[in-house]
Formats: sequence, structure tokens, C-alpha cells
Amino acid sequence: MITDEPAIWTQGLRKSYPGRGAALDGIDLAVAPGTIHGLLGPNGAGKTTTVRILATLARLDSGQAWVAGRNVVHDRAGVRARIGVAGQYAAVDEVLSGRQNLEMFARLYRMRAKQARQRSGELLERFGLVEAADRAVRGYSGGMRRRLDLAVSLIRSPRVLFLDEPTTGLDPRSRIEVWDAVRELADSGTTVLLTTQYLEEADRLCSRITMVDRGRVVAEGSPAELKSSVGGRDLDEAFLLLTEGA
Amino acid sequence: MSTLTEVADTHGSRITWAAVDTWVVAKRHLLHLVRRPDELLGTLMIPVMAVAMFGFVFGEAFGVAMDVPGSEYREFLLPGLFALTMAFGIGNTTISVAEDVRGGVLDRMRSLPMSPVAVLAGRALADMILAVVELSILLALGTLFGWQAHLGLGGVIAALGLLILLRMAFSWVGILLGLLVSGPEAAMKYFALVFPLAMVADTIVPTDLMPGWLAIPAEWNPLSSTVIATRELFGNTAGPATTWVGEHALTMAVLWPVAIIAVCLPLAMARLRRLGR
Ligand SMILES: Nc1ncnc2c1ncn2[C@@H]1O[C@H](COP(=O)(O)OP(=O)(O)OP(=O)(O)O)[C@@H](O)[C@H]1O
Ligand SMILES: [Mg+2]
Repeated sequence: MITDEPAIWTQGLRKSYPGRGAALDGIDLAVAPGTIHGLLGPNGAGKTTTVRILATLARLDSGQAWVAGRNVVHDRAGVRARIGVAGQYAAVDEVLSGRQNLEMFARLYRMRAKQARQRSGELLERFGLVEAADRAVRGYSGGMRRRLDLAVSLIRSPRVLFLDEPTTGLDPRSRIEVWDAVRELADSGTTVLLTTQYLEEADRLCSRITMVDRGRVVAEGSPAELKSSVGGRDLDEAFLLLTEGA
Repeated sequence: MSTLTEVADTHGSRITWAAVDTWVVAKRHLLHLVRRPDELLGTLMIPVMAVAMFGFVFGEAFGVAMDVPGSEYREFLLPGLFALTMAFGIGNTTISVAEDVRGGVLDRMRSLPMSPVAVLAGRALADMILAVVELSILLALGTLFGWQAHLGLGGVIAALGLLILLRMAFSWVGILLGLLVSGPEAAMKYFALVFPLAMVADTIVPTDLMPGWLAIPAEWNPLSSTVIATRELFGNTAGPATTWVGEHALTMAVLWPVAIIAVCLPLAMARLRRLGR
């Protein structure tokens, strides 16, 4: 169900790792339902940390976070039932085949065996993995692995999908396929939070972008707004100016 | 588009789901063995080699030291090797859990609406199923070499039950270690630590042949209780039970594994939760 309430909402998100400074130093985010929201920033800015906290994989030190109307700290089960996560590194079983991976995770998403088989078949088809379906994932190319990872995160048609650098290491054709899949999802009502190193990707896909640097939000707006805010023509310039050593 | 079914969060349904999830995860580990038959073969080789080496290469010499014929030593030895095989399983468990931490599969499972304990319990269940296979092979091999159980089927089943219980305890030790080590390489380096656990016990050499200072830890080694208890249940040669542990072997063979699980399971769960920090 789509409401006006943000699908992702955080305030003052803070987290530090022992022995290091703050990884997140007060992140505020508001992502409208059914949109693709970009999280941009240089290496070490805190993108993965933010995604992990929102996906209930890491704890926050302070601040508040809601995902799909559920509190990330107090209702982790509620959040987990409504999200999909495709991490920066494909988290699939290397020994099993693509089909076995999908069926196993579908079962763990509480689908019945028959439903799990059917859904796996659909996703294999959709992500062009039918031919490789019964081979061990170890023998997959990087792009096939990422597509499988994405397929796993979509098993239960999540309300909110976290994509941490979903196209890193993909060839242009695979990248476009992932983009199409992401757009299609957003059109069907899924909210997507996407981190990326590719500014072109953010420019093409995202309706809004949050730029982070050193655990802080440095800018927020539509791609066009960010470009004009620095008087530049493209997002690369905005990125460099906004996150430059400041 | 599939719809999201709300899972009723009653106590009963939670237990049912935990059982289903545990089985799904266990199946994953068993599929690994099927898809990597060389690894399965390697795992099964340990007990086979142990029977061959200790039974025949060292067997005669140990028999002489114990003042019994080699065949009688093998009577004594096989229950020891059964338990030893259970202990060697710790290595594989630790490595596989460490691999899952590294590869992100555990993270993915933690982001699913599945039962958290099943993430780890699935491994323990798979280990127990593997233990049944290993023990069947060992029983067959033992029989081939002239070993036998003298007290009937009931005793055999009880003894196998104790061995599988021991494996379950060691499985939780391996799971906990796998969550604690820095990676699978480290787990492999620590593997040598299994040797004292497996051998400073009443497994291969009777504790009364050990120097006094070694006999005490050997006697209190959880393996020893299981070995002595299974020797009794199989009706195999054993020295007179002169120690406290020896006299209470059956009780201790249940208490030790239960105590180990009671400590390691909650610690492993706490560690799993803290994995994301
Ligand atoms: N498990 C961890 N232990 C200690 N420090 C960590 C850990 N994970 C992240 N950090 C630190 O937190 C900060 C933010 O890291 P994070 O991975 O969120 O950045 P990122 O924006 O995803 O970077 P990248 O673009 O390289 O993926 C970095 O300084 C990093 O070193
Ligand atoms: Mg990252």
C-alpha cells in the first residue's frame, strides 16, 4: 500500500566502530514510497554502514530509523519481512547452483516448496540465468553472480529494496539490465535505496539523491537541483565539489 | 507478484518455523557434501584411516603394552575411534561457519524473516546426519575387522545415541569457534588443537597407561565418558572402572554434551547477533 509516509526515514543516525571515529555522524534520510533514492559518496563515506543498519544487519548507536513503517531497532522481524537486500558483495552460496540458492532462500522466506520452485523458475528467467541455473555459482561470472544476488533479494517482492553498489563490476549490458529491473520494480511500487559509485547511474535512475561524506549528509535533492546548486553541468562536478575534502 | 503472508507469531508456530528453517539450512550443508563428493570422501577418510592405522599399525604394539592380544586391543579401540571421529568433525564445522561469515551468506540469512537460531542449528543438524553416515561406515569396518557388540541391539542404539549427542555438542563448539575466528584460514591453522582433545582421552591409549599428570585431564575429557559408556553398552573390553568418571560414565556421557551445548549455543547466538556490531 502506498501512503505519503516515507518508506525510509531516519534521523540523527550515528554509529562508530571501536577504535575508529564515527562512521555515521548524524544521517537524516527521507525516501518517498515507490521512488528510487540514491546514496552517493566517496569510499568510506558510510553508505554500506547506513544500508546495513536499515537492513537490521548492524546496530545503530543513536538516532532513529523506520523502514516500511517499522522501527529498525524495536521491530526487526517486521522490517525483515518487508525488505530485500543485495549487498556490496554477492551473498550467495558458492557451492550450490543458482536454482538451489533461490529455492533455499525462498523456503527461508517462508514459501512452500512448490511456491519456492515456481518463484525460482520465474526469477531465473527474468534475470537470464536459465541456462546456468543448475551449475555451481562458483563458476558464474561476476555479472551472473550479481544478477543472482539481485534475484534472491526480490524473492518475496519486498516493499523496500536496498541495493549496495548493485552494478559494480558489471559490463555495460548487464548494467543496463539491472537498471531496467530496478526501474520496473519502482514502477510496481517498490521503494529502492541505491548506493553507487557511478554518478551516471544515479543521474539516470534516481529521482532524489543524498550525498554523504565522512558520515554526514552534505547535500540532498534531485539530480538537477544538485547540478545547479554548484553551477555545474554534470553530477561528477557536483560530487567533487560537495565532497571535496571539506 | 507474490503477496506477503503475515506469520502469526504464536509460540507454537515459532517452534514449527524454527524446525522448518533448521531443516532447510541443514539441507544446504548436505547438498554441499553431495556437490563436493571429494570433500565428503575426505571427511569419511579420517575414521577409515584411524581404524587402519591404530587398529593394525599401532594395534599390536599397544596390545603388548596393555598385555593383551591385538584383537582384544581392537575391541577396546573401536569405541574410542567412534568418539574420536565425532571430535574430528569440529574442524569441518568451524571452517564452514567461518566461510559463511566471510562470504556474507550468514548476513543474508540474518536479513531474512527466518528463525535466528535455525541459521546455526541447521549446521548442527547436518553434522548429526553426517555423524550417522560416518558411524555406519565405522560399524561396518569394525565388523569387518572382527569387532562386535556383545549386548544386543538395544545397547548398540543407546551407544550410537550417545555418540550422536557428543557430535551435536562438538558441532556447537565448532559453530561458536567458526563465529569467533578471523576467517577460514585461521580455522584451518587451529585444527591441530583437535588432536589433544581427541587423544588425551580414553580413546586410543587407556588412561592408566598415561603419565599421572595427563591421566587426570584425559579422564575428565568429555570424550572419555562417552567412550567408557559406549564400551559398556557394546560389551567391549574395558579395564575395571577405578575412577569416579569411570564409575559414572553413563551419566557423564549425557551430562557433558548437554552442558557443552548449554554453554556454546547461547554464546554462539549472542555472537551471531553481535556480528553486525
Ligand atoms: N566492520 C567494520 N569495522 C570497523 N570499521 C568499519 C567497519 N565497517 C566499516 N567501517 C568504517 O566505517 C566507515 C564507513 O564505511 P562504509 O563501508 O559504510 O563506507 P562506504 O561508503 O560503503 O564505502 P565504499 O564506497 O568503499 O563501499 C569507514 O571508515 C570504514 O573504515
Ligand atoms: Mg560500501
